[in-house]
Amino acid sequence: MTHCNDCLISVRDLTKKFGDFTAVDHISFDVGPGEIFGFLGANGAGKTTAMRMLCGLSYPTSGTGQVAGYDINRQGERIKAHIGYMSQKFSLYEDLTVFENMRLYGGIYGLRRKEVEERADAILRRLDFLEERNTLVGSLPLGWKQKLAFSVATLHRPKIIFLDEPTGGVDPITRRQFWEMIGGAAAGGTTLFVTTHYMDEAEYCGRVSVMVDGRIMALDSPARLKKMYGAASMDEVFRLLARGAERGG
Amino acid sequence: MSTTDRAIVVRGLTKRYGKQLAVDHLSFEVEHGEIFGLIGPDGAGKTTLFHMLTTLTTPDEGTASILGKDILKDIRAIRSSVGYMPGRFSLYQDLSARENLQFFAALFRTTVEENYDLVAPIYSQIEKFQDRKAGHLSGGMKQKLALSCALIHRPSMLFLDEPTTGVDAVSRGEFWEMLQRLKEQGITILVSTPYMDEASLCDRIALYNKGRILGIDTPEGFRRGYDAPLYAVSAERMYELLNVTRGMPGVRECYTAGSVHHLVGTADFRPEEYSEALAARGFSDLVIRPIEADVEDVFIKLMHNDPLQ
Amino acid sequence: MKRKRGIFIAFVKKEFWHLLRDSRTLLVALLIPVVLMILFGFTINTELNNVRVGFVIPHPSESIRRMTEKFSGNPYFTSVGQIPPTRIDEILRRGVADAVIVFPEDFDRRLSAARQGLPAEPLAQLVMDASNPNTAIQGAAYLQGVILGDVAVSPEVRLLFNPQMKSAFYFVPGIMGMLFLIICAMLTSVAIVREKERGSMEVLLVSPVRPLVIIFAKMIPYFFLSCVNLATILLLSRYVLKVPLTAGIVSILGVSLLYIALSLAVGLFISTVTHRQVTALTISAMGLIMPSVMLSGMLFPIENLPRILQYLSCVIPARWFIDAMRKLMIEGLRFTLILDDFLILLGMTVALIALALLRFNDKID
Repeated sequence: MTHCNDCLISVRDLTKKFGDFTAVDHISFDVGPGEIFGFLGANGAGKTTAMRMLCGLSYPTSGTGQVAGYDINRQGERIKAHIGYMSQKFSLYEDLTVFENMRLYGGIYGLRRKEVEERADAILRRLDFLEERNTLVGSLPLGWKQKLAFSVATLHRPKIIFLDEPTGGVDPITRRQFWEMIGGAAAGGTTLFVTTHYMDEAEYCGRVSVMVDGRIMALDSPARLKKMYGAASMDEVFRLLARGAERGG
Repeated sequence: MSTTDRAIVVRGLTKRYGKQLAVDHLSFEVEHGEIFGLIGPDGAGKTTLFHMLTTLTTPDEGTASILGKDILKDIRAIRSSVGYMPGRFSLYQDLSARENLQFFAALFRTTVEENYDLVAPIYSQIEKFQDRKAGHLSGGMKQKLALSCALIHRPSMLFLDEPTTGVDAVSRGEFWEMLQRLKEQGITILVSTPYMDEASLCDRIALYNKGRILGIDTPEGFRRGYDAPLYAVSAERMYELLNVTRGMPGVRECYTAGSVHHLVGTADFRPEEYSEALAARGFSDLVIRPIEADVEDVFIKLMHNDPLQ
Repeated sequence: MKRKRGIFIAFVKKEFWHLLRDSRTLLVALLIPVVLMILFGFTINTELNNVRVGFVIPHPSESIRRMTEKFSGNPYFTSVGQIPPTRIDEILRRGVADAVIVFPEDFDRRLSAARQGLPAEPLAQLVMDASNPNTAIQGAAYLQGVILGDVAVSPEVRLLFNPQMKSAFYFVPGIMGMLFLIICAMLTSVAIVREKERGSMEVLLVSPVRPLVIIFAKMIPYFFLSCVNLATILLLSRYVLKVPLTAGIVSILGVSLLYIALSLAVGLFISTVTHRQVTALTISAMGLIMPSVMLSGMLFPIENLPRILQYLSCVIPARWFIDAMRKLMIEGLRFTLILDDFLILLGMTVALIALALLRFNDKID
């Protein structure tokens, strides 16, 4: 059953059908510890559906695999407890303070109050945010919210964190600080699984996969993909692959 | 200078929300028939600026004219001659693509048939889905439909507020190609985007943050004007490399940039000395090469130079 | 000119599409009047239809037999037959019967004494399950009527003892008062605010269209919907609840249409003071529908309210509408007698439209 011993994600022929429609079509890949794995695809390529299966939110129609050591066909609940998740669409409660958000997430993942306080303090000190501990999240700038949201997703120390379109719309300095945090987490051994529309962000990833019409059409490091397709940027690689897509557009 | 020989003239435009300056004494000009990009992060005040220029919001200070018409006095005239695509999709989700287009045509007292030639290159791409509800179109198709709707009354000026946010790379590429074609038809386009890589597709750009313009130039002009030594560095242990480099002599700053880090040197930075010093600290696999600045490098430098940032 | 009319028609068409394609809201809006009418109209009837009566008869006699037969022949009662006196409590508690009539041993004597107009001793004892006080009181009154009816009661008293039809159609004006607020004020304000929230209002405002056109086009579908509802309610009132509608359909329609216009004005006003659908909904529900139910006389007679609430109720449009409709539909008064209600409603409508138009501007800040 295990495909790869220390892999955080290991899936084989993962497939999801909705009626006649095959949203995800036999995808297979492994993601190792400390990797930043980019999961790219156009709108409607099946990214979200695939990600839901990996996060234990839905079961595959067929195929096998493990995430964080748990079977995606049977242990969806265990998977959810052992992964971190951050999305730009929803991250923190704006009407709660920074610490209240942390306590809430700590509580959701079953941390004791003392643990939450210790970890929250450590995170806030590292971000130089201690003064904002009791500030309402809604009043913080977007860039701070994103950094905070990422930190909150690490609160229960998951081995793998899913980032669903994590950045967007922040100034270049803040965006670099965000990716620096992600790089730091990866250097510390955490695995990061990132979806994004923005190909310059793909360049931050160790390896990227490009999904087209439910299938993974390419999977390698950005440098090798660029060489393989004779392209100057990941943007060009992506366009070459996705131009032929039947769905979406 | 007469105001009519510029498509947009903005003089000291200011808008406050409470104590916060959303738009801070802004002045710039846009030529007829150019694609002018307003590049800056969310919350920088781009939407407020668009609202003032499209007469939806009254400025607290300053003036502006659109196609020679004053934004305070000639509200009706401006409203009928510009096309506006707000950041959030403004389509009616429960109406079909065709019904949306027909409605927006009627809104501007025209018909789809009358101006079909202008929207045809864009609309024809979604025509086979025209009976589908707008809410069921993909992001890229919605964007094309929204652009068709903004164009259907043949405006001579287009305001596009973050038209590519949340749209995939292929659709974004196609969208910029469409803007090029509209420009060839003589339409002036003011477009905002938070994505620096789209800057090179504009004729001229204003780098914009916190209600202020950091600089205005052509993308090429910005690149050439970057005067500090700039290098791309990489090694196996990227994260450590970042922290080590920041403490080295001659390094003004170092930040991540995808698969490499960008190193901005001071005038006396010597790459050979830097390589040796790093090799001594265990980075024997270091690769360093001089690079040309991109718009993000320029933006970061300008942000550091602006005292209010 | 022709083009201008074209814009308005295009707008109205679009608004109808919105309404017709939101099939869930449409269905609810069309079913609410039917459901409310049935709820208020019939549940009150059926409860009284089925009062189950048991009898304790220590000494059967011809007059007792005649008396119990009247119950089995009456549509409002079901006889559960004779029961032993020791089990009255148990039978009521288990819900086998709702009421028990205990005839005294000397019933025949007491009856003839009563017929001769002698100082009356109680004819019989009535034991009732009062866990639902409304049913108990109505039931008791009617039971008394049936028993006494045999003695010496005039037809007028019988009429008084026929409360169920009256309470049914007493609610009809209240239902109308609430329903038009929901349809017109709530749905209209939400529909207008929705455009602000989704960002399409920005595009509409940047077009040459006058804001008035946008607003009035939004109201038209809800006006039509309300007319359909008005027809439903009046037909149900007339042919199912048998409300007489004696004052004439013209006055009833006139007052109703004015009230619909007023509700639309309320919705328009709400939409000018809010930017979010949730806020518009909350204002409509808490600030409008709640007070209309509590303070309009729909549930509680206004005279019974504390003085301060009586004053407050004067600004509630539903109060004047319900008052006028009760006079027209039930009491059958002529239109001239509700002129004061009509003028108050008219004044409110004009004031609200004026206020809303003053507040509505074509900027977004």
